[in-house]
Amino acid sequence: MTDVRDQGNRSPPADTTLAADLVEREADQLEAVWSDKPGFWGWLTTADHKKIAKRYLVTAFLMFIAGGIEAALMRMQLSRPENTLIGPDKYNQLFTTHGTTMMFLFAVPVMNAMGIYFLPLMLGTREVAFPRLNAFGYWNYLVAVVFLYVSLFVNTAPDVGWFAYVPLSGPQYSPGHRVDVWAQVVTFTEISALAAAVNIIVTTFKMRAPGMSLNRIPIFVWSQLVVAFMIIFAMPAVATASTLMLATDRAVSMHWFNPAEGGDALLWQHMFWFFGHPEVYIIFLPALGFITPIIETFCRRPVFGYTAIVMANITTAFFSFGLWVHHMFVTPIPELGQSLFTAASMVIAIPTGIQIFCWLVTMWAGRPQLRIPMLFILGFLFTFVNGGITGVMLASVAFDKQAHDTFFVVAHLHYVLIGGGVMPLFAAVYYWFPKITGRMLGETLGKWHFWLFVIGTNVTFFPMHKLGLDGMPRRVYTYLAPTGWGTLNLVATIGAVTIAFSVLLFVINAIKTVLAGERADANPWHSPGLEWAMASPPPPYNFVHIPVVESRHPLWETTVELPVLTGLRRDRREVLITTAFDAQPDSRHQGPTGSIWPLYLALCMALLFIGSIFSPYFVLGALGLSLIGLTGWGWQSTNESNGPERVATPAPVTEAA
Amino acid sequence: MHSAFDPSSPQARAIAHLWWWMFGFGAAVWLAVMVAMVMAVRSRHGARGSDDLLHVSHETHRGMERAVIGAVFVTVLILLGFLAFDFSVGRALAQHPQQALTIELAGHQWWWEAQYVDPDPSKRVVTANEIHVPVGEMVQFKLTSSDVIHSFWAPNLNGKRDLIPGYLTTHWFRADTAGTYRGQCAEFCGLQHANMAFYVIAEPRPKFLAWLAAASAAPDPPTDSTLLYGQRVFMSGGCSVCHSIAGTEARSTVGPNLTHFKSRSTIAAGTLANNRANLTRWIVNPQAIKPGVRMPPSPLTPVQLNALVSYLETMK
Repeated sequence: MTDVRDQGNRSPPADTTLAADLVEREADQLEAVWSDKPGFWGWLTTADHKKIAKRYLVTAFLMFIAGGIEAALMRMQLSRPENTLIGPDKYNQLFTTHGTTMMFLFAVPVMNAMGIYFLPLMLGTREVAFPRLNAFGYWNYLVAVVFLYVSLFVNTAPDVGWFAYVPLSGPQYSPGHRVDVWAQVVTFTEISALAAAVNIIVTTFKMRAPGMSLNRIPIFVWSQLVVAFMIIFAMPAVATASTLMLATDRAVSMHWFNPAEGGDALLWQHMFWFFGHPEVYIIFLPALGFITPIIETFCRRPVFGYTAIVMANITTAFFSFGLWVHHMFVTPIPELGQSLFTAASMVIAIPTGIQIFCWLVTMWAGRPQLRIPMLFILGFLFTFVNGGITGVMLASVAFDKQAHDTFFVVAHLHYVLIGGGVMPLFAAVYYWFPKITGRMLGETLGKWHFWLFVIGTNVTFFPMHKLGLDGMPRRVYTYLAPTGWGTLNLVATIGAVTIAFSVLLFVINAIKTVLAGERADANPWHSPGLEWAMASPPPPYNFVHIPVVESRHPLWETTVELPVLTGLRRDRREVLITTAFDAQPDSRHQGPTGSIWPLYLALCMALLFIGSIFSPYFVLGALGLSLIGLTGWGWQSTNESNGPERVATPAPVTEAA
Repeated sequence: MHSAFDPSSPQARAIAHLWWWMFGFGAAVWLAVMVAMVMAVRSRHGARGSDDLLHVSHETHRGMERAVIGAVFVTVLILLGFLAFDFSVGRALAQHPQQALTIELAGHQWWWEAQYVDPDPSKRVVTANEIHVPVGEMVQFKLTSSDVIHSFWAPNLNGKRDLIPGYLTTHWFRADTAGTYRGQCAEFCGLQHANMAFYVIAEPRPKFLAWLAAASAAPDPPTDSTLLYGQRVFMSGGCSVCHSIAGTEARSTVGPNLTHFKSRSTIAAGTLANNRANLTRWIVNPQAIKPGVRMPPSPLTPVQLNALVSYLETMK
């Protein structure tokens, strides 16, 4: 049976219609126009989506390691009853930082990063719609990272859980600035996510390759698009709750959440979870979007049920906004209302199930080649399905009354987030690493990583189901010996050490590969997507000529050559804008060059929001400085821009002569 | 001792029953998906076409469609079953009589205040961290919090219920077997959330009534000189600022009521066994045992400390 990598005499379709030296000259001109300025200034001012995405990816993986270290410390403390390794204050900061890091600083940014890197490549265009906004988003994210971790090292990390329930997180019970740090970390990550979401939506609708009608858009892109809409609808809820209401309760005694003054403690929970539940699907859906292209490649066939999968993504997104009360089943919300949320929380299993069934029959009809990405997808099935089932159990109000806020939920959430988020992410990393870096990750280390990671995850979290139902609540820094929870906690800690070791192997693999790994050509896995049509790593301009698409799998279903569109300018940055539904060429648009203004404005945001903790004058000052930044940004844009040039007539898709 | 797998009430039993059915179906579904996955990986169905991709025949494709639709159908059926079962257990849990013994629970950082309601104020009982209930009768709890959100959870007896400041919530259960049932706070409430346990002591009705009568009685004033000195230390050494003892001038409700303190088996919300040595350690420096707790260390001389502890040891 042939391996994906030895495809004999069949090479991927290449742009060979024009004479090779002509193409090379065009490529050089594009390289000159689309490259950043050299040196440190170029690094600071870049608006190149691939560079920005790589920064997101590296930062997010560092956050994954940081969150993992926090978890390892927690597990060390809990490995024995009445352990004295870490006291309650430090422990509370650790578990809060762990949750905040993993949810806000790792999971959402890493999924956004995959979108930011790959969408222009998969859609057949040169850039995202708003490159400088993209840069602004990254810098805000970096501010959040630095702010949270500086606070951890000066004993001012938030210590009220990643969900920061009031009144505990209010001014009376959390004096000092720890919770203010949390509120503003959330602010910066929201700005970053919203910037990414806007870029994803507009790029997907208006900058596709001609011929890529809606029903030819890759599933990866569909999942990113759906999630971008979710971000726009969900983030404002937590922004209002934390940046506006909690911050003003704490800074100027607004009493939004103070029952003694007519406020309501439950209001926080509603607003937080209205965001919080879609948040986990914001993490999960892009991961599912990785799985389809990987299965297609390694099973050597298109996925079964393209339309069903797209509809499943959209339905999941809609339903996810109707589940949030399942986090509040033990509060005094009327039972009839709670029952509606039980029904919704169970129904959402159906679209996810549809995706899984489609993948299973695809694998059955194909011949899965068990390379590392495919192994991680099997690990996903093994782990995530378990978590999905415990999720359906937790949807039941009656059962949740026992399991809520116990280690049963810790088990469930890690099974779905690690099984359904991190495992597909690792699959994606092994799969797309050659495209991003031009080198293949090592197989042997990869296999060790895979096995130890899956085994470690299950050994860590499976015992927690029993611990929870045996009475162990969450967020406890210790427990008494007579509870009998010691043995399973020790097992869980051993599992955690295994996970840590497996991730170390991955890091070693990545570093070894980047330094001296096996080189990859344009399409090492013989995949169908457009992102495999150019060199690995891609040049700054992505495509010498904009491809024209005739099917869902351009590199498979095109016979010899990839049809392309010529005519975009090479003396300045230019991208093609196409119509939203049928992707017919619509206008030509000048792409922006690098700029310092996104970084400047992000620093103004930092001053504004971090300063707001200490004095309102910082807010005023930062607003003034921001005005300068916005003016500078707009000035630079106007100076460079010549406006869109309409295509004279809707050009028929041409193959070069 | 405190396991949802070990129900001692009809409420906990109903939930455990639901759990085992969901566990059975859930495990079966997971197994089925794993079997399907292994079959899918090992299957050699597709035929390689000239495009070097794997294709299946039209009939096989229809078969795949039917498999997916069938799987979705089975999923929907199982979910509907879970839904119906959950609703019926929910209705059962919501059943309660019109009248019942009512206990008011107030959550504090980091202890439980329990008040036994009685129209006759002299029969009201205020205690902490240990809650006596009669066996075989539904007991109603009215829950609120004096500071942050806590959660009352005795797994053997029922699911949990949050104590939320500004809200008065209700909770019910009926202990069917006599015994001591442990529970812990189940909503993160700050530094000592981990050490906020309580005990529900279910006893036959006559014993419960005897306990209630004794609990509402004030202790006799001390006669022994050491005990009198100990009481003076209690009143003037700072203890009475937060604690109360019936029949004395100490009436503060900031901290747990100590009237029948020695009748409780633990100190500090289930953290330590209630013996002389632990009590002494606790009084000298509670921060060493429960860092962050609201009780400050007590700078007492050994004579004062000894007398105080002896006095408290008489609060049966």
